[in-house]
Amino acid sequence: MATKMAITLHVNGTEHEVRVEPRRTLSDALRTDCGLTGTNVGCEHGVCGACTVLMDGVPVRSCLIFAVQAQGHELRTVEGLASDGALHPLQQAFIDNHALQCGFCTSGFLMLSAGTLEQQPDIDDEALREVLSSNLCRCTGYQNILRAVRQVRDAGKEAAR
Amino acid sequence: MKPPAFAYHDPGTVDEACRLMSTLDNARALAGGQSMMPMLNMRFVLPDHVVDLGRIASLAAIEEGQEALRIGAMVRQRDLEHSPVVARRCPLLVDAIQWVGHRQTRNRGTIGGSLCQLDPAAELPAVCAALDATLTVQSARGTRSMPFAEFPAGYMTPSLEPDELLTAIELPDWPQGHGHGFVEFARRHGDYAIVLAAALLAVDAGGRITRVSVTLGGIGPAPVRVRAVEQALVGQVAAAGLFREAAEACRGLEAMEDVHAPASYRQQLAVVMARRALDAALASLAPSRGTAH
Repeated sequence: MATKMAITLHVNGTEHEVRVEPRRTLSDALRTDCGLTGTNVGCEHGVCGACTVLMDGVPVRSCLIFAVQAQGHELRTVEGLASDGALHPLQQAFIDNHALQCGFCTSGFLMLSAGTLEQQPDIDDEALREVLSSNLCRCTGYQNILRAVRQVRDAGKEAAR
Repeated sequence: MKPPAFAYHDPGTVDEACRLMSTLDNARALAGGQSMMPMLNMRFVLPDHVVDLGRIASLAAIEEGQEALRIGAMVRQRDLEHSPVVARRCPLLVDAIQWVGHRQTRNRGTIGGSLCQLDPAAELPAVCAALDATLTVQSARGTRSMPFAEFPAGYMTPSLEPDELLTAIELPDWPQGHGHGFVEFARRHGDYAIVLAAALLAVDAGGRITRVSVTLGGIGPAPVRVRAVEQALVGQVAAAGLFREAAEACRGLEAMEDVHAPASYRQQLAVVMARRALDAALASLAPSRGTAH
């Protein structure tokens, strides 16, 4: 058994000092060592996108990164979306548009959407469809997810006007 | 499904990484991890040591040479996708990157990692074949370079010694305003292609083809340059009808067979993809090149 390494993970503005084996994936470290179980683990080989988090502001699959690699990077998980008791606009839009049913894929979709809209606030529909196609949802048929993200994008454009 | 236990190393320089690769038993280099992590999880690879190249800044640079673009092995696919330098000097690479995985995987995946993984239907090896890329390989024993054509040793196997690291990829320039096209057929976007094709096209003032490159992926264990098509096209006036006939030569290629498609289906796709890639290359030629239609 490889020895554990002491690392610091910066998650949602908080430092987590954890001791992990090098083989510990970031997704498992977030859930097990940091206690942040909002990030879900689905396929564990980079297909489903359920474990998507933001690393330095861009969406990544946390099952395809070792926790030891995430040192020195800013991580954001679904727990970091709401602020002061108010849901993030994407979270509210997912509720309003019935963009979730069982909820397993939701945190991944939220982080993917949050990172995408932050990078590309005016992303067009076609590009957005392609981005959202990278995560798997077996309940909603995607249309409601697309509708929710489009609503937040359009509200952002309206506000910027 | 968890990775096997290993010791982790994150050297800060190439020299240090080479030293680790030459002294540690059963060591594997880790680039972006987007294929390596699934392989670890599925226990297809069982390294005792993982040498993470992610902290070596010198491997993550895009440099403009006189006649080629020099890309560090650890340049992320996302950075290639958004680099103005790459868009200007190697537009085929930008075309191809759109087909590589998804946004999240491109944020982590690297060009060097994709080349060393050497999936038969991967996009970046096909780009290197299309452009006659030169690869730089380094170990504690020294540095060598090799043409990409010599890089594939077999199915998903690069011709690298266990202590060697791919450090840089040189993509030679094509003439300003050249045509470029990249197309693929996959069951779902983001999947590896069943068959893909890359085409490059340069024409003279009269629209006559002076240079052409046609590459297919997903046909055999490594990307295939279709010389028969290239030779048939040089000297001809570039026009869409020409490509339909020339691409027929792809039907005679030996093609692999797997759960996704039989060989005959791939041969048919090869013809269609080669033609579409050439059509896209023709359409992208700068107007000043005066193509005949």
